[in-house]
Amino acid sequence: MTLTLSLADESATKALAARLAPHLRGGDVVTLRGDLGAGKTALARFLIRYLAGDEAEEVPSPTFTLVQTYEHLTPPLWHFDLYRLTDPGEVVELGWEEAREACALVEWPERLGPLLPRDRLDVQLTLDGPTARRVVITGHGAWEKRVAGI
Amino acid sequence: MKVLGIETSCDETAAAIVEDDGEGPGRVLSNVVLSQLDDHRPYGGVVPEIAARAHLQHLDRLVRQALDEAGLGLSDLDGIAATAGPGLIGGVMVGVMTAKAMAAVTGLPFMAVNHLEGHALTARLTHGVTFPFLLLLVSGGHCQLLAVEGVGRYRRLGTTIDDAVGEAFDKSAKIMGLGYPGGPLMEKAAAGAADPGRFDLPVPMKGRPDCDFSFSGLKTAVRRHVENLGGTLTDADRADLAASFHQAVGDSLIDRCTKALKYFKEAFPDGKTLVVAGGVAANQVLRARLMDLCRRHRFDFVAPPLGLCTDNGAMIAWAGLERLRLGLTDGLDFAPRPRWPLDPGAKAAPFAGVKA
Repeated sequence: MTLTLSLADESATKALAARLAPHLRGGDVVTLRGDLGAGKTALARFLIRYLAGDEAEEVPSPTFTLVQTYEHLTPPLWHFDLYRLTDPGEVVELGWEEAREACALVEWPERLGPLLPRDRLDVQLTLDGPTARRVVITGHGAWEKRVAGI
Repeated sequence: MKVLGIETSCDETAAAIVEDDGEGPGRVLSNVVLSQLDDHRPYGGVVPEIAARAHLQHLDRLVRQALDEAGLGLSDLDGIAATAGPGLIGGVMVGVMTAKAMAAVTGLPFMAVNHLEGHALTARLTHGVTFPFLLLLVSGGHCQLLAVEGVGRYRRLGTTIDDAVGEAFDKSAKIMGLGYPGGPLMEKAAAGAADPGRFDLPVPMKGRPDCDFSFSGLKTAVRRHVENLGGTLTDADRADLAASFHQAVGDSLIDRCTKALKYFKEAFPDGKTLVVAGGVAANQVLRARLMDLCRRHRFDFVAPPLGLCTDNGAMIAWAGLERLRLGLTDGLDFAPRPRWPLDPGAKAAPFAGVKA
């Protein structure tokens, strides 16, 4: 099942995060797809701040560090940016297996290769005008049914 | 005093030995960085060493080479330092375990160094800068303004709320089809601009009372210009857009640094130096603007040479040496810290004490 939304501006992205966040559980994998500048990290930031209940929660870009962990959240959350990886084996070294207890937000999930789980929520972002974005949310596996509740 | 430093917290594997005379600047006796070795340049550039095993594979020979180039044996050293965070835990573990093992065997003191402290104290190694000073740390992974009061004493005045400035260069260059690494390629493109004011780009955070940075929106604005041009850019487009990008980044850095200088001067009337560290300090356009800012504020401008601005072992050796001089050694039970802010209280009270 697929959900398609038009986000007029950043406040709409924030509202989407508030709509999505209460559905996240430990062990979930949410992929964030889209070109550079499409708003993947911005959506991740709003999700993490919603779960933290703190508008000032620091959510630095994970591009350089590859993963930022937020163990104090419920559920605990790992924010991956796999852009700089070249081999799925490197994902394992980042603690991909340990992260299975947490909710994983994954930018550039293409790099996961065979590690991409069957049960997952795909969020595809594209620029659509001066401030707007189009978002397509698709549930796979167990998420097929869960998408309906969002 | 002579200290060996090991850096494995990010993309680089590095080892170096530095020496001091008790005060003033120190000397780099050797400084070996894996990506700069000839036999490790298959692509003519930085090969990210993301995997811990890559650090493990090369560290032994780098340490040996650092000792050889300095003409020293382990018994000539006074201490061994390693980056213990922040960074990727796998890589950090490799460096810390190596340093601890060497310390255990030789009986030398071990110093667990914060990677950011390494960057922060480099200007003391190269220029003998005295405390306190204002530090702008601008690299691919960091973008911070810090008041450096002493070894282990930092006040974070500002940080990026999203992308680091080097990251903005890399990603914008990629969007513009310029390739990697973005900084030098953007600077080269901008030098050929016919109309640097052609593209309207936002100046992130300008006018805000804090000293924080934000560069994510700038990258998105670059993408929109590229899409408005139909997705394909001529060399002239790239040159103008790169120049407009430099202008926006420069305006933002100057605005943020001006705020930080104001807070810094109020808190530390004796301070008179702005230190710029990190790979972005190599950008001549931004460097010229920061030098001009210092002239206007009657501040000294100090930027360590590029090889000591990007990640290296000498900065870790030096931070370790400074800590050793103060008796700040660590036990062999020190656990690596993937997260390790220099100023843990920064978030709760961004300017606590600064205005007082």
